[in-house]
Amino acid sequence: MPKDSGIGASPKRREDVRFLTGAGKYTDDINIYGQTYVHFLRADVAHATINSIDTSAAAAMPGVVQIFTGADFEAVGGIPCGWQVTDRFGEPMQEPRHPVIAHGTIRHVGEIVAAVVGETLAQARDAAEAIVLDLTEKPAVVDMKAAAADGSTKVHDDLTSNICYDWGFVEENRDAVDQAIKDAAHVTTLELVNNRLVANPMEPRVAVGEYSRSDDMHTLHTTSQNPHVIRLLMGAFVLGIPEHKLRVVAPDVGGGFGTKIFHYAEEAFCTFAAKAVNRPVKWTSTRSEAFMSDAHGRDHVTKIELAMDADNNFTAVRTETYANMGAYLSTFASSVPTWLHGTLMAGNYKTPLIYVNVKAMFTNTVPVDAYRGAGRPEATFQLERVIDKAARERGVDPIALRRQNFVTEFPYATPVAVEYDTGDYEATMAKLEEIADIGGFAARRAESEKNGKLRGLGVNCYIEACGIAPSNLVGQLGARAGLYDAATVRVNATGSISVMVGAHSHGQGHETSFPQVISEMIGIPEDQIDIVHGDTSKIPFGMGTYGSRSLAVCGSAMVRAAEKVINKAKKIAAHLLEASDADIELKDGQFSVAGTDKSVAWGDVTLAAYVPHNYPLEDIEPGLEETAFYDPANFTYPAGAYACEVEVDPDTGKVTIERFSAADDFGNVINPMIVSGQVHGGIAQGVGQALLENCAYDEDGQLISASYMDYAMPRADDLPFYSVDHSCQTPCTHNPLGVKGCGEAGAIGSPPSVVNAVIDALQSGGKNVTHIDMPMSPSRVWEAMNNA
Amino acid sequence: MYAFDIERPSTIADAVTALQGEDAQALGGGQTLIPTLKQRLAAPSKLVSLSGIGEMQGVCVGDDGAVCIGGATTHATVSREAAAHYPGLAALASHIGDPAVRNRGTIGGSLANNDPAACYPAAALASGATIVTNNREIAADDYFQGMFSTALDEGEVITEVRFPVPQAANYQKFLQPASRFALVGVFVAKYADGVRVAVTGASENGVFRWAEAEAALSADFSASTLDGLNMDADGMIADLHGSSAYRAHLVKVNTKRAVDAAS
Repeated sequence: MPKDSGIGASPKRREDVRFLTGAGKYTDDINIYGQTYVHFLRADVAHATINSIDTSAAAAMPGVVQIFTGADFEAVGGIPCGWQVTDRFGEPMQEPRHPVIAHGTIRHVGEIVAAVVGETLAQARDAAEAIVLDLTEKPAVVDMKAAAADGSTKVHDDLTSNICYDWGFVEENRDAVDQAIKDAAHVTTLELVNNRLVANPMEPRVAVGEYSRSDDMHTLHTTSQNPHVIRLLMGAFVLGIPEHKLRVVAPDVGGGFGTKIFHYAEEAFCTFAAKAVNRPVKWTSTRSEAFMSDAHGRDHVTKIELAMDADNNFTAVRTETYANMGAYLSTFASSVPTWLHGTLMAGNYKTPLIYVNVKAMFTNTVPVDAYRGAGRPEATFQLERVIDKAARERGVDPIALRRQNFVTEFPYATPVAVEYDTGDYEATMAKLEEIADIGGFAARRAESEKNGKLRGLGVNCYIEACGIAPSNLVGQLGARAGLYDAATVRVNATGSISVMVGAHSHGQGHETSFPQVISEMIGIPEDQIDIVHGDTSKIPFGMGTYGSRSLAVCGSAMVRAAEKVINKAKKIAAHLLEASDADIELKDGQFSVAGTDKSVAWGDVTLAAYVPHNYPLEDIEPGLEETAFYDPANFTYPAGAYACEVEVDPDTGKVTIERFSAADDFGNVINPMIVSGQVHGGIAQGVGQALLENCAYDEDGQLISASYMDYAMPRADDLPFYSVDHSCQTPCTHNPLGVKGCGEAGAIGSPPSVVNAVIDALQSGGKNVTHIDMPMSPSRVWEAMNNA
Repeated sequence: MYAFDIERPSTIADAVTALQGEDAQALGGGQTLIPTLKQRLAAPSKLVSLSGIGEMQGVCVGDDGAVCIGGATTHATVSREAAAHYPGLAALASHIGDPAVRNRGTIGGSLANNDPAACYPAAALASGATIVTNNREIAADDYFQGMFSTALDEGEVITEVRFPVPQAANYQKFLQPASRFALVGVFVAKYADGVRVAVTGASENGVFRWAEAEAALSADFSASTLDGLNMDADGMIADLHGSSAYRAHLVKVNTKRAVDAAS
């Protein structure tokens, strides 16, 4: 019988009551007495010299409090990048200044050129229209390969070129990989695009800056996945505000998907301006602003070669990727195509030799950074596509080819620097074959053909490295911060518990799943436990939520803190029961003396901690509150196998997804319902990337998919009912819960199977199509069929 | 938005008077105009809302059998009230936008705007509808004059649209993946005196009739009749969502499907 509470149960998400009944409290719901509003005047050209900005007419308009331009931010720092990548020649990456407001040069459409703070938003907006810009337009740098060519216009005149870095990994393997490819019995080559995406969280970004003269305290309310990271980056690098004078609050956040990790200019502006005008300053992004100011995702152009011996064993992989950084380096931009991508190029396979080359390019486009999966979807996509192409070229079954090359023994040290602690790729593949009913595909294809449709089956595996990350390792790789997490377990006098966590919940359901863990450990009901997050003044510290790290890293910190609490509580119980600490057992909220019927309830022990009349004061302090920091020993490595079945309408090129199945190994699972939901959402975004979403620029650097009229989001009727399974569980070997992380898997694992399925469908119809770039819109599929 | 005044007259006569002011703009359901205002892409001094005019609401059947729809009737109302009289038209109305759009957007607003990817222009043109305004009646063939361009004069209000009811009709819409407007929409209507085929979404000149298909289908109302015909890609829209050749191809595919569904 399934459990109804604790680890492995699926209680409904308690936070959904407020989200679904309109009681959520989001940043835009915060309104402070005396608040002003900022309207940002944003560039409508991609690249230009700013000759002058005349704000005099605007400043005289009604309701204008103050107008800011780049000159006002000369004395403060630029928006920092959190990861320094070293190129293959041993040189640090090129790192241009990223100003809060453009100063001297405009480098992308949407960049802030001036900011008008007004009594009302309408007044600020009216005044912004009266600002006179004198610009000299320059050619826009958009295409990455053209940007890399000698003589290209430079995005940053003070850099030597548009190449941020030319990275080789593992550089020492370069010659050996070249040789292995030369010696191979067969080499499959594929050139592909990993399309640029806009994250599009339901809630757009918002920032409210506040300054208190009485105690020189700055407060920023912001839509962030990681308030402590924002405090660190903005306080230390941009505005020079020490931590104790800067509070960052991220209340309910309506989805992040990565794009709310980063520190943005608007946050620094509102914090800075609140002091300058001595009033709160609020900014709420419009959807149009979100398209041109939220960091975009993906945008890689890759050539991958897979070498095999005569028996179809993989012998080497070589890749060359151009990765778009946009105009400036966003917070984690430099790490995405390198350490979050190159390290995953082994996939689920025992390929002995791998070399990854990445050229990160500056272009006159919005900065590009992590988006659900971040680097790992790009790695998975190219590898799983080239394997599929190789299977077709060799005339072997794509599942059999994968199986033949699976890593089967763990731990497994890949040739790309990471060590998989545990996994069972055969088990997830076998589970996939079962839940996807792969044996029944032929009959379903025949049925589709009767209806004039082409049916295809696509399969892929994936592995990801999440639970980011061991600090000592990432420090060696260029990270400028540690990536541990922290939790405080505060037991109240009557036994209820508040857990202050560094992880931030913006859709992940932490408020439900984290109490399940504490409830399991102590044996008190989940409704006695609350999670507190999202406020640097309330939580001990924390690096936030991204990289499927919340449970694996912060959850581990919470377990460690709870263990400390339990150990102390056992001492108190031992005192009350006049027994030895070592004999005390905690079960179902009762402390008992082993082998006796003597016991004392959890609530009596906690009350004693706060009312210590009968208490071992000489041995232990009163109170019951403990904090732990947890730094993981390794990444975690969720893995799985996905299958997609599509129908293609040969008359129109329209692809419909008929079935989608996902067999994942997430290690131990706390709340299966929430895990399924995370996989569902990830698949929706993966299918969105594969079929619909396309962030497109024209050659002048104008964003031509700048609204939902042209940027296609996946909708419910684009998706089938999924079949998902996470019963294959090889627990993580190095964290206390044995958990791996599930937030990104769906987005990482789904795009290749969709493309593989479409190619399978077209080939079944006699069309010699070997690749179609995403998104596989009807027109692209039709063009591919016509050109075949 | 910029500031504007708004009037909500209750008669056509009052609306026409109100629209005589400088920079006055009629407001139907606001499904195009309100987003345009929010983007600050239009700055009318006065909006004249047509939604309170009772005589412009609802669906009825005229003495000649035509379905008459008040200019301020929403898509949702058309989909319900026209279903018994002109099911092909009601079906089209039931697939415009989403429920919020259908409960606000109006037939008069759609036809006055004449978006090149809107659905109603295809129905009106294929049905040989009559666009009735406050001072005249305009045949659909004379009404549509290119993308966002119509025969309406400044301040003229569509009060009613009269659709002769065909023997058979069907509308096939192939969705633009993002906006879900028609990437190409084809309305086929079969009347006693011939077949009319109107295409929306495809042409740089807005909605148009496909004369060759009409001739072929008038002689033989079957999809296979169209096999030998091809739409010329010249003048078709090309954008992120499809080339002109793709749109031309979809015109034929949708026309055949509409014929199959109608017959």
